[in-house]
Amino acid sequence: MSGTLTIQGCGPAVTVQDMGRTGFLAQGMTRGGAADTQALFEGAALLGQSVELAALEMVGMGGTFSTDKDTRIALTGAPMMASIEDAPVAWNASHLLPAGATLKIGGAQRGTYGYLHVGGGIDTPLMMGARAAHLSAGLGRALTAGDTLPLGRDKSSTIGMTLSVEDRFDGGAIRITPSMQTEQFDAQTRHRFATTPFKRDARGNRMGVRMAHDGAPFVSTDQLTILSDIIVPGDIQIAGDGAPFVLMCECQTTGGYPRIGTVLPSDMARVAQTPAGAILTFEFIELDVARAIEQRATGARATLGASITPLLRDPHSIRDLFSYQLISGAISATQNPFNKEE
Amino acid sequence: MADIPPIRPVGLSGLLVQFATSMSEPANRAAIAFRAAVEAQHWPEVRETSTSLVSTFISVDLVTTPPEAMTERLNHLLATQDWLNAPLPTGRTLWEIPTLYGTDHAPQLNEAAEAAGVSPETAIAELSSARVRVLTIGFAPGQPYTGELPPHWDIPRQQNLTKSVPSGALVVAIRQLIIFTNASPTGWRHVGQTAFRNFRPQSATPIALSPGDELCFPSITEAEYTRILTSDKGGNGGAERRVLT
Repeated sequence: MSGTLTIQGCGPAVTVQDMGRTGFLAQGMTRGGAADTQALFEGAALLGQSVELAALEMVGMGGTFSTDKDTRIALTGAPMMASIEDAPVAWNASHLLPAGATLKIGGAQRGTYGYLHVGGGIDTPLMMGARAAHLSAGLGRALTAGDTLPLGRDKSSTIGMTLSVEDRFDGGAIRITPSMQTEQFDAQTRHRFATTPFKRDARGNRMGVRMAHDGAPFVSTDQLTILSDIIVPGDIQIAGDGAPFVLMCECQTTGGYPRIGTVLPSDMARVAQTPAGAILTFEFIELDVARAIEQRATGARATLGASITPLLRDPHSIRDLFSYQLISGAISATQNPFNKEE
Repeated sequence: MADIPPIRPVGLSGLLVQFATSMSEPANRAAIAFRAAVEAQHWPEVRETSTSLVSTFISVDLVTTPPEAMTERLNHLLATQDWLNAPLPTGRTLWEIPTLYGTDHAPQLNEAAEAAGVSPETAIAELSSARVRVLTIGFAPGQPYTGELPPHWDIPRQQNLTKSVPSGALVVAIRQLIIFTNASPTGWRHVGQTAFRNFRPQSATPIALSPGDELCFPSITEAEYTRILTSDKGGNGGAERRVLT
């Protein structure tokens, strides 16, 4: 019998997300799905399950959750304060959420998008082939207090595992490839773009993120005559005010503003996670180099499951430390304590 | 035979075949026909395809598929016929979508008429008798860009965006009409209001329109519009549909 996750309360932008949906581009809908897909791979690795399973995406702040049966959970993406029955639990790790216990997830300490994964995945009905809410398209909705979500059948039991993740929560260097309109910006403008530090503007969401900068606007040679054409997530569009706008997972499918380049897929998580005010830079990479980088990134994602390690508990974080038997008792040098079910 | 159009990578997401640099009816037909031809190849590398006004996008993972190899295959396919003379697709539908022009529901009719150099009455007569074609679906789910209207409707977008037009709004600029899927800010002028819904997420066929379909927007009264709103819950907004080919 699979359980139910109840949302007792949550921030304004908690949604069900997965890898999104393909096949609707011709009908005007972009893929959507998790803003930080790397976090989905990490959650899948921690729980030893498919990356196709749906999780909860929490923008900026989490919420209060409980389940009606013992449930494995994993927490990934933007680190947030989390506790089970008021005992702090580690981020980037898997845990047991006992039936009826309260899981509290607070505000993001760094980054923007946090994820709550459950063993078996969130099992809401498929909508056009996926479970992901696509709010800009009008598909699905943000979750609110009182919502209950069905959980899929969990085929595994491992908990107490952690994963060391690439820090992607404070901005940094973003690699981009030239795109179909890059040549419409002259060499000097492209050079200035690649040497300008940008501040992630407060204006940013799952559709796009505005980049603020000091200095002259970026202008293409024939800004006004560009015909509307295909947009893909990662495209950096220069709008009328000359400020770059990185288009994200829920962007529109066509647009008439020129695009100076396209962010590499494996750097999209960093763009998404960069909080308002943090600094980003853009570096042009040739397409063949970008392909090699992405091939390595694909390989690294595929082997993520092999790099999970047991979670070592910090004694300071164990509230009921003195109830543990710390000294006496037989310890076997050969027995792996982590094979034991908690 | 016309020149082979350029093929460009779109990030690492796929390749774009551009049949023109400005809107033209033959280039639009070429894009639609070439998309159908690519689909018919059933190449395993192709994830999906789409068209914009005058281009065809072929979604291919360029991380695993070398762009050169895919470009070569597309060039071979491009060389098989003169795409600018390709016929329209078969299985097209004509939609007659009842439209309330002007009033508080569509407050920019007079302004748009003035920009087109006609009286509001003439504007309604022209827009309600025009038969336009879906040039592309894009921006939002099911949202049609249709055209082309006569040359005097080549009116620019507004400098200042309208804060929000509602779902079903009929807007005009650059010889094209759009029905908006969702409430949205826009630079296009709001001349009519329909009860038509481009996107019906709960339906088995969530998206009604396809590129190549033809649309017309017969004028109705405010009373008829209100009646349709309350009686037609399916999303068709009182539209009549007829198979064209």
